[in-house]
Amino acid sequence: MLDKNGIAKRIAQEVKDGYYVNLGIGIPTLVANFVRDDISVEFQSENGVLGMGPFPFEGEEDADVINAGKQTITTLPGASFFDSALSFAMIRGKHVDLTILGAMEVAENGDIANWKIPGKMVKGMGGAMDLVASAENIIVAMMHTNKAGKSKLLKKCSLPLTGVGCVKKIVTNLAVLEVVPEGFKLLERAPGISVDDVVKATEGRLVVEGQIPEMKI
Amino acid sequence: MIKKTVPDVKKALAGVSDGMTFMLGGFGLCGIPENAIGELVRLGVNDITCISNNAGVDDFGLGLLLQQHQIKKMISSYVGENDEFERQMLSGELEVELTPQGTLAEKCRAAQAGFPAFYTPAGYGTEVADGKETREFDGKMYVLEPAYKADFAFVKAWKGDEAGNLIFKGTARNFNPSMCGAAKITVAEVEELLPAGSLDPNEIHVPGIFVQRIFQGTNYEKRIEQLTLRKPI
Repeated sequence: MLDKNGIAKRIAQEVKDGYYVNLGIGIPTLVANFVRDDISVEFQSENGVLGMGPFPFEGEEDADVINAGKQTITTLPGASFFDSALSFAMIRGKHVDLTILGAMEVAENGDIANWKIPGKMVKGMGGAMDLVASAENIIVAMMHTNKAGKSKLLKKCSLPLTGVGCVKKIVTNLAVLEVVPEGFKLLERAPGISVDDVVKATEGRLVVEGQIPEMKI
Repeated sequence: MIKKTVPDVKKALAGVSDGMTFMLGGFGLCGIPENAIGELVRLGVNDITCISNNAGVDDFGLGLLLQQHQIKKMISSYVGENDEFERQMLSGELEVELTPQGTLAEKCRAAQAGFPAFYTPAGYGTEVADGKETREFDGKMYVLEPAYKADFAFVKAWKGDEAGNLIFKGTARNFNPSMCGAAKITVAEVEELLPAGSLDPNEIHVPGIFVQRIFQGTNYEKRIEQLTLRKPI
C-alpha cells in the first residue's frame, strides 16, 4: 500500500517533458517533489503564476508570492505572473497539459465530486470546476477508501458533482486505474496489494484484464 | 493627462452607501484592498453584496466586515478559513453564491469588456448550472453566465500614477485587473503613488482609463495566510 508521498511519486511518472501542469491542494502538491529533474516542466497555480518553485527559505518569504493553497512559494527562472482571468484562459483554453487534483468521490463514468458535503462542509469549489470542465488530461490523486473504510470509487457519486465524465486516470494508495466506457480499468497494483484487495475496495464496476502488474516506484 | 488622484481613503470611498454591490480584489489575503475595507468598516455601510474570490479570515480582510454583520451576500469561489463566515452562512444570516473561480474572474472581465454574458464549460452538469441556459458547441456543453453588475470596484496595486495606471506585484495581481472598470466606479489603492511619467508605459498592467480614483494607501499589513518554508539545507 502507498502512503501520500507514494501516490505523488507514482503520479510524477505521468508528468512528461514539456508539460505545463496544474497541481491541486493536498497530495497533488507533493507531486512536484518527485518529478524527474532531467525533464522540463512548469507548474501553474491558478491564482496567477507559472513556473512555481519550492517553498522559500526562512526570511525569503513574500506575502505577494503565494500558491492557490495560500502558501508562500518561490519562482523559478522563466516564471511569469498574470491575472486570474488570464490564468483561467490558460486552463479553459486547454493550454495546461495536465491537471492533478484530489477528490472525495469518483464515479465509473468519470464524474467527480470534491467540493461540498451538504450540511457538513461547504467551502466552495475554488478553481476545481473550471479545471475539470476544461482539462483534457485529468489525474485524480486520492485514497481508495474514506476514513470510514467506504470506497471512493463508486457507480455513481453521492455528493454534489464538480464535473461530469471528466476523470481519465486515478492513482490511489492501492492502484492505478483508467476510466474506460466499461468502468474503472485496473492498470497497476500498489506494492503488496492483490487484485482481490482492489476488488474489495472498489464499489464501481472494475475491469480486470489479464495479469495486473505491480507499480514500479 | 487626466488626473485620478484623491487625497485619502475617505475621499476615495465617497458615495458608498447601504445596499450597494462591491467588487474587491485579492486571493486569500494576497492583494486585498486593505485600506478600502478598513474604511467600509469605519463607515458602517450595511446590507452590502461583496464579489470577492474569498471572504478573508476571522480577523482580517473581509472577515472584518463580516464581524460587523455588514455583508448581506457574498459571491465567492472559496470561503474556507473563516469560522464566523461559516456560522453566518449556516444560520442563514448571510447569503452565499458560490461560483467557479474562472467564471468569477470572467464575469468581472466581461463587465469590464462590455460583454453581457459568456458561455463556459465550468459547472455544466453540476448544481452551479441549475436554472441557467446551456448550449452545445462542437459536441461539448456550456453554461451561459452573465457579467456582474457592481457599484464600486476596490482594487489594490503595487505602484500607480496620477493618471490611474497600475502595476501589480507577484500573485497580488489576481482578480484586481479584471475588476478595474467592471463597476460604475473603480477605486485603486496603491503602495506607491507616483507622478505621471514615472512609470514606463510599456510596463503598465492596467491603463488608467479603467480607474476613476487612485490614492496612496497606508499601513499595509500584508498578512501571510499560510507561511510555508523550506528546511535549510
